[in-house]
Amino acid sequence: MSKIVRSTSEFLIPFIFIFGLYMIMHGHLTPGGGFQGGAVFASGMALLLVAFGSHKLEKKSKAHVLSMLESTGALAFIGLAFGGIAVGFFYNFLVGSSIFGHIPPSGPNRGDMWTGGTIPLMNMAVGLKVIAGLSLIVLVMALASDKTGSQK
Amino acid sequence: MSSLLIHSPILIIAIPLLAAFLTPFISRVSDRARDALVIATLVFVEFLVIILAVDIYRDGPHIYALGASSPLLAMPEHYMVPVRIVLQVDAMSIFMGMISATVSLAAAIYSVSFMRNETGKDKFYTLLLLLTVGMMGLEFTGDMFNLFIFLEILSISGAALAAFRTNFADALEGGFKYMCISAVAALMILFAVGIFYAQYNLLNIAALGQAIQYTMLDKIALTLLMMAFFMKLAGVPLHMWAPDTYSVAPAGITPMIYVASQACMYALFRVCFSLYGVTLNTLTIGWIVIVIGVLSMFVGVTMAVRQSDIKRLMAYHAVSQSGYMLLGVGVGLAVLGNPQALAAYGKQAMEGGIFHIINNAMYKGLLFLTAEALFYSLGTRDLNKMGGIAANMRYTSIFFMIGALAISGIPPFNGFASKLLIYESVYQFNPMLSVIAMMISIITLASFVKVFQSAFTGPILPHFRVVKEVPGPMLGGMGILTAIIIFFSLFPGLIVDQLIHPAVEALISRGAYINAIMGGMQ
Repeated sequence: MSKIVRSTSEFLIPFIFIFGLYMIMHGHLTPGGGFQGGAVFASGMALLLVAFGSHKLEKKSKAHVLSMLESTGALAFIGLAFGGIAVGFFYNFLVGSSIFGHIPPSGPNRGDMWTGGTIPLMNMAVGLKVIAGLSLIVLVMALASDKTGSQK
Repeated sequence: MSSLLIHSPILIIAIPLLAAFLTPFISRVSDRARDALVIATLVFVEFLVIILAVDIYRDGPHIYALGASSPLLAMPEHYMVPVRIVLQVDAMSIFMGMISATVSLAAAIYSVSFMRNETGKDKFYTLLLLLTVGMMGLEFTGDMFNLFIFLEILSISGAALAAFRTNFADALEGGFKYMCISAVAALMILFAVGIFYAQYNLLNIAALGQAIQYTMLDKIALTLLMMAFFMKLAGVPLHMWAPDTYSVAPAGITPMIYVASQACMYALFRVCFSLYGVTLNTLTIGWIVIVIGVLSMFVGVTMAVRQSDIKRLMAYHAVSQSGYMLLGVGVGLAVLGNPQALAAYGKQAMEGGIFHIINNAMYKGLLFLTAEALFYSLGTRDLNKMGGIAANMRYTSIFFMIGALAISGIPPFNGFASKLLIYESVYQFNPMLSVIAMMISIITLASFVKVFQSAFTGPILPHFRVVKEVPGPMLGGMGILTAIIIFFSLFPGLIVDQLIHPAVEALISRGAYINAIMGGMQ
């Protein structure tokens, strides 16, 4: 791509990544969550791919590493759900504990990050899965179209 | 033990899900460990299903509320309606669960040696376990939205598995058709769920069943749901995907996709009987189910007769056999509003239809596996190129013979038991339907005589002289299903009384289904 696209992307991509991560982290307080944040993050990856080409990206992020990260996200999610099995599957066992354990105040308030128990952790797990999964899809599609392009 | 029993509805879904995402990691260590993990998971699931089934048949349905302070608490305190994700497992659900668990286990054992020389097996087993999760979830779920979610899991993993052998040209076509049909069906279901939610603010099936009015919107929702499920279970005229998908899917996966279609049939029955029940116009809807059933029977079998590809032939027979189930249960649905007719022959027709589900899952699964065993050994699915392999593949031909006799409804096999129940009871409802059903059974037999004659009997073709019997695990997978068929054939009365009758009662008694959730705290 042209220099203009590359320098604009260089400027934009960090913000897209940060916004994606913000949506994942604040998923239990504001609109968004693991999936949406992950999709935003992956759109940053797509921009990276368009601007700099798939070969550079392929060197940095190996497909099997992304695949493993995706499984890790899924395992973390199910693991958290299994964590409450002593009471019931998906039971929020972290409420009242020292990790994300605050009880949220009722009525209008600014929102307390340190609430939600397992929910923010599950958002992170989903976020990891979506980032890895969607990036992998974008990468594989780019590589496939590259290969058909070079055959022509 | 008792806490394992309480948690077993969710463990049956969650453990294969956990194992599905563990397989990519284990695959990096060793293939053998991964195969062991998959088989062990499915054996454990089968074990959980059986202990849960024993408990349900003895003490009544189980419910499981996810994330609640007690899993038995369907409704949170101070709420009038269930808001959590609730699993509701009654005799009918666990009956379907047993079929799915057994066929998945047999399919996984069979796949271990069948897939030995393929690549990408970590993904294959992940998808296989996810397909199991989808079926189990669809059968156990107590709310409409999760029905949609599990249907999607089932469809996506099923489509990916059908297209798994991309080295065959037609594999992608079969997978793609399945994906299209599933996507359309899933959207229709989502739309219907939206209609329910907009009207009643409810998603739980039991709570919806209590509130449902059968308004115009409910009729639209019913139409959407029925069409979606007919698409997924391959009822004529929405069967066009079945031969393509069943014939290209890897062995082991074909029976699983077939059982997944039966899980969708279960969802159809659940919606008709437990969600709408007597509020819908049972005679009209019952006749619609019957007509689609008869059409499937007839079109399926007539298309099957002229096939020369052994798997396509069996796929058309699968469509045709689904017709028997729809016929039996459709007659039950048609007389649901008439207690006398229901007691006289409606229940018996449903018993026949539901008994046919489990019989068919077993012998159709077995036949699909034998067809693929022939393909594995001979390298062709074309019947015109086979001949005289009975001498070299003794066990496979015995398994095939048992499956073929059972599907054609020859006494004393189990297919005869369920078909006889259907003939007898449907005759009292409408004699013509019974005559058609019998005639189709005869054509089925004719078709399988043709297969047996052209593939197994006669002098062996010279280039097949070196052909060997398939490896042990493949025989093991087929053996499990054969053993079940023989057991069912020997004790059909026992099976009908102990397994089928409670399942039919659970399906008919809508009040009990609603009460299990809405009837207050346990």
